[in-house]
Amino acid sequence: MRSIFRPTAPPDAAILDNHRSLIRGLERRGLIRGGLSLGALTMLTGCDVASNHSVELGLRQISALNDWVQQQLFDPTKLAPTYPKSRVLKPPKFNAYYDVMDVKPVNGATWALEVSGLVTDKTPWTPTRLAMLPQRDMVIKHICVEGWDYIGEWSGPTLRTFLERVGADLRAKYVNFRTADDYPSSIDMATALHPQTLLATGYADEVLADPFGFPLRLRTATKLGYKNPKWITAIEVTNTYSPGFWEKKGFSWFGGM
Amino acid sequence: MVPVQPTMPTRRLHPIPVRIMHWVNAVAMIVMITSGWGIYDDYVIIHSLHFPGWMRLGSWAAESLLWHFAGMWLLALNGLAYLIYGFTTGRLRERLLPITPRDVVTTVWETLHLHIAHEDLTVYNAVQKLLYIIVILAGVSQVVTGIAIWKPVQFSWLVSLLGGFQFARVIHFTGMAVIVGFLVVHVALALLVPRTLWAMVAGGPRVTTRGTAR
Repeated sequence: MRSIFRPTAPPDAAILDNHRSLIRGLERRGLIRGGLSLGALTMLTGCDVASNHSVELGLRQISALNDWVQQQLFDPTKLAPTYPKSRVLKPPKFNAYYDVMDVKPVNGATWALEVSGLVTDKTPWTPTRLAMLPQRDMVIKHICVEGWDYIGEWSGPTLRTFLERVGADLRAKYVNFRTADDYPSSIDMATALHPQTLLATGYADEVLADPFGFPLRLRTATKLGYKNPKWITAIEVTNTYSPGFWEKKGFSWFGGM
Repeated sequence: MVPVQPTMPTRRLHPIPVRIMHWVNAVAMIVMITSGWGIYDDYVIIHSLHFPGWMRLGSWAAESLLWHFAGMWLLALNGLAYLIYGFTTGRLRERLLPITPRDVVTTVWETLHLHIAHEDLTVYNAVQKLLYIIVILAGVSQVVTGIAIWKPVQFSWLVSLLGGFQFARVIHFTGMAVIVGFLVVHVALALLVPRTLWAMVAGGPRVTTRGTAR
């Protein structure tokens, strides 16, 4: 498994070139040390360390199969349970891949939503324009892959309304999201068109607050929490698959409920 | 030509399909339990209870989930095959029934007085029968509650039936605890009476065909 602390991009090639002799020296030493520790390891455990990669590959292939099974189980007309307003948690629970103190608020005055891919109208969207779309309100449960859950009240236009308005090709496979906090995400079109998939701009009758994704986040009642990107800056309709933030780290892409 | 006696022992106590399914199940159970502990640790049910890294399959939640959702196929398909085999061949009825409360009480009483006899591997005592019935039901419960917490929207009726999402999680956790408890006793007894362990490898003594046992 790739460490979450390892950088995804390799260092600049020029740096490697400038320090070639130094790196050679390190590599030589590493080889000797590595040889010694590998020998020690085989004596210690008898484990086949080299097979770890193929095990991970196999598990990820089964996960891809499970994504397909999940897509078959998904019923586009089946509604998730809804709850009375009295059970809404205020404020909502904060969750991200970083601490609440590290949230960098988006400036609503300059924010514009970029639209790209298989759509006829690529005009960027302002908060005012989004507010003019028909609004929906729903009290649904947020369930995290970790196991916790809470009930929240979300409002805004449905993603379906938005996609229809921009003339999206509704036969396309994916809807991709880019966000201000570098949290790419992609969902299948069937989920994007589900009546409980919302482009949320409000929570509990108020404007969505900063730590929860102001001015725009996805809220879908049919997917696990990590499939709900916040601080959305761009929406793309496409047939090309691109994994999201957690999917790259090994979580299921479909993440359906 | 000597005619075959109807009471002649014809088959092993544990036929080959049973032995294969038993060991596949052992692997599947270990995978499901240890990867489940990895998932549990992300959001614990009992606040003081965390499973240390060496007890978990997968170095963090994403890996444990990959193992859990791969192992579930092995467990569910093997379990289904076991139940179908057990019911169609009559093995489950033959091994586990009849069982009466009186038998259970008597066996527990004898066990407490250390009058435990395990000379004949082919006959299960009442406590053994009860434990096997419980663990089979716990396995079925794990599959049902597992589906509920995997797909709480598609199977929302099942979640309501189980008393809500968090309650379904607790039942799933309890089912694990029951199976782990069974495993501890099961393995301890198998090690105390190694003939039973060997029987599950080689097949055990020959027994008479079902229905002709005298």
